[in-house]
Amino acid sequence: MIGRRSFLLLLRCFTLLCVALTALAALAQNGGELRFCLRSEPKTFDPLLVDDDSSLSIRYLTGGVLVRVNRHTQELEPGLAESWKVSNDGTVITFKLRRGISFSDGSPFSPEDVAFTMHRLMDPALHSSTGDAFRSGSGALTTKITAPDQISIIFPAPIAGMERLFDQVAIMSAHSPKKEAAVLGPFMVAEYKAGSSVLLRRNPNYWKKDSQGRRLPYLDSIRLDIQSNRDVEMLRFKRGELDLINVIDSDYFDRLAAGSPGLAHDAGPSLDSDFMWFNEVTNAPIPEYKRAWFRSTNFRRAISQAINRDDLSRVVFGGHAQPAVGPVSAANKFWFNSQLKAEPYRPDAAMQRLKADGFHLQSGALFDKGGNPVEFSIVTNAGSKPRERMAVMIQEDLGKLGIKVNVVTLDFPSLIERISQNFNYEAAVLGFRNDDLDPNGQMNIWLSSAENHAWNPLQKSPETAWEAEIDRLMRMQASAADLKKRKESFDRVQEIVAEQAPFIYLVNPNALSAVSKSVEGADPGILSPQTFWNAERLTLNPTTRASR
Amino acid sequence: MTFARKLACIIVLAVCATSLAANWLAPAGYAKQFREAPSAPPSRQHLLGTDEIGRDRFARVLYGTRISLLLAPAAALVSTALAAVVGGLAGYLGGIWLRMARGFTDLFLSLPWLFLLITVRALMPLNVAPVVSVLITFFILGLLGWAASARVLSTSADALRNSDFVLQARASGLHGARLFVVHVLPNLKPVLYAQFWISIPVFILSEANLGILGLGVAEPLPSWGSLLRELEGLISFREEPWRLAPLVLLIVVMTSFQMLLSNEEVPA
Repeated sequence: MIGRRSFLLLLRCFTLLCVALTALAALAQNGGELRFCLRSEPKTFDPLLVDDDSSLSIRYLTGGVLVRVNRHTQELEPGLAESWKVSNDGTVITFKLRRGISFSDGSPFSPEDVAFTMHRLMDPALHSSTGDAFRSGSGALTTKITAPDQISIIFPAPIAGMERLFDQVAIMSAHSPKKEAAVLGPFMVAEYKAGSSVLLRRNPNYWKKDSQGRRLPYLDSIRLDIQSNRDVEMLRFKRGELDLINVIDSDYFDRLAAGSPGLAHDAGPSLDSDFMWFNEVTNAPIPEYKRAWFRSTNFRRAISQAINRDDLSRVVFGGHAQPAVGPVSAANKFWFNSQLKAEPYRPDAAMQRLKADGFHLQSGALFDKGGNPVEFSIVTNAGSKPRERMAVMIQEDLGKLGIKVNVVTLDFPSLIERISQNFNYEAAVLGFRNDDLDPNGQMNIWLSSAENHAWNPLQKSPETAWEAEIDRLMRMQASAADLKKRKESFDRVQEIVAEQAPFIYLVNPNALSAVSKSVEGADPGILSPQTFWNAERLTLNPTTRASR
Repeated sequence: MTFARKLACIIVLAVCATSLAANWLAPAGYAKQFREAPSAPPSRQHLLGTDEIGRDRFARVLYGTRISLLLAPAAALVSTALAAVVGGLAGYLGGIWLRMARGFTDLFLSLPWLFLLITVRALMPLNVAPVVSVLITFFILGLLGWAASARVLSTSADALRNSDFVLQARASGLHGARLFVVHVLPNLKPVLYAQFWISIPVFILSEANLGILGLGVAEPLPSWGSLLRELEGLISFREEPWRLAPLVLLIVVMTSFQMLLSNEEVPA
């Protein structure tokens, strides 16, 4: 028999144990500081002026948006707006806002804040790149508050897929004296040490709650150390000083996966692509016979067929990349034209195409019909190992056709000057980092008049029939309100690009990241920010963390 | 000659001889891509394994050593010759010439040479064969690396100009170029040799610096600089120690050069 005193002692111990376990569980569920690195100094804390990766990360963590693209499903979800409706003509969007929400400083959220944010965003004097996406035609944007919780935003011309653009617009307070420091997102900037770190603390007024009614976010704070050296970042992650690395290269990924399997995450092909193109600019300082090669569809397609993309994916990226099909990665579930396939490696077919254009082999070297040896240079940016390696592998692949390729690595400013100012180059290998699922984000590439129409930019009128057709289709999809029609137009654009190969798409690298075992709830995806897109629901396990 | 210097001499000669025998020792060549075996560990076929795109690392180290060790002396020759002309003549002529040369040299020394190299490299024509790019890279290094040597040579020539034997030669009626060639230049030889030998490791390291930035010798040619880039991302030395081979070789050769040069005399 247990005596009364013993029983009471046992009861006390049991109660204490329960309290301790509950506290531990609460600790695991709430609190703690998540730590990871920004690769550069944030250029701004103003959410409307963001255009660098570090500022984007901070905006994502601190900014409250009307609608949010779910990084996992790629679908739109309600944010500060409970619901929204786009008018049939695509010029007006009406949001029904949540009520009872406050900014981090306690000032109430109202439709006036949305109106203030949109007017400020579209102010030409602000030069906001986020605002540029909303510029649809001449005339000013207007807003109309139709109810205490409802606002209509009226654009001068239709904007296709406009609701998705609001994922990038962090709402600012119209009245708070703290200006951009008053936020509606899960965290707020608490401390900034230039060159060292940014500390974000949880926003006590954040509106979102979990399914059990607990207020999000779970974390107390997030410390973002500014660290540009990736070796140091990886070393600190391995030591347990960091909890995640948002994007890692395939080299680091394989080493991490070999040493600590389970920490490295491969989310599959990303939206990014690496590609090659030839200089087709009319007045570029290159020999006329080379310009004629570069402007020949047969020549470009032959080069495309002579490149072994499977080898590029396997060797350069250690298998963490997929052969690219075209302007849209297969990861973009809706907009990818699934009828298209990556150009297979067919050197024989490539030679046939070249012969059709009058090229011929002589003592192992390829000559054009004018007797000129086929030789050109490929420029790429120094410091990007994957691109340098791809260029060297392309050099060997094309060497098998008798084409002599010189690989030149240039520092980035010199490279940009050559490809966009003086056009003194022949071919280039570069990449396109894409965070936008909608094809409207690629208007500045595909329109022949655009600055980023890399192979022949700023054309006064389209120089080829297929470029004119792409112009027409891109404009059509940009102004159509019907999603199906937009998809049809953009599918055709992808087909033309595959037929004409103005860009020779090489690979879509996979989205690789590293997440510590102490972080619970992480679900790395392909859309930016890959690892902390659900930061409000991330928790830290103190036991796992201590063991690291 | 001390034991240390003898040893250093043997090491440098052995490394030079091995690199010159690269064609026989590494018949696979430096450019052949064994795509089925990227980043492979050492094996009988690949003594130092393969690099990230499957090229034989042993072959690349040998050919890279050949390029760095043969062309660095060539660049040193260019820079020493320029230094002799600018510094030697300025020191010999003295007066305003000496002051102008020193001012110009100081100005040149104050330039951020790495940025200067990057700028000059970026202005070069794109369509050049890798071998030509190597020559261009080292020629640029030679053209830009004369200033420090010129400063030393101008001081030595200035001292010689006022020496007794030069005064006596002048008194005997010897002037101008003949006096410079017969009396001044032979006495500058030890300094010239010293500058030449000192410049070699400097140019090897300069090329390595450019290579690390990806701006050195064009692919697929290897150099020590481009080989050292492989060490980027190597977090633990224990993971793949064979990748350290180019670094070890660079350290050994540089140390040997220092041992050759650091004693009381240079190999003049």
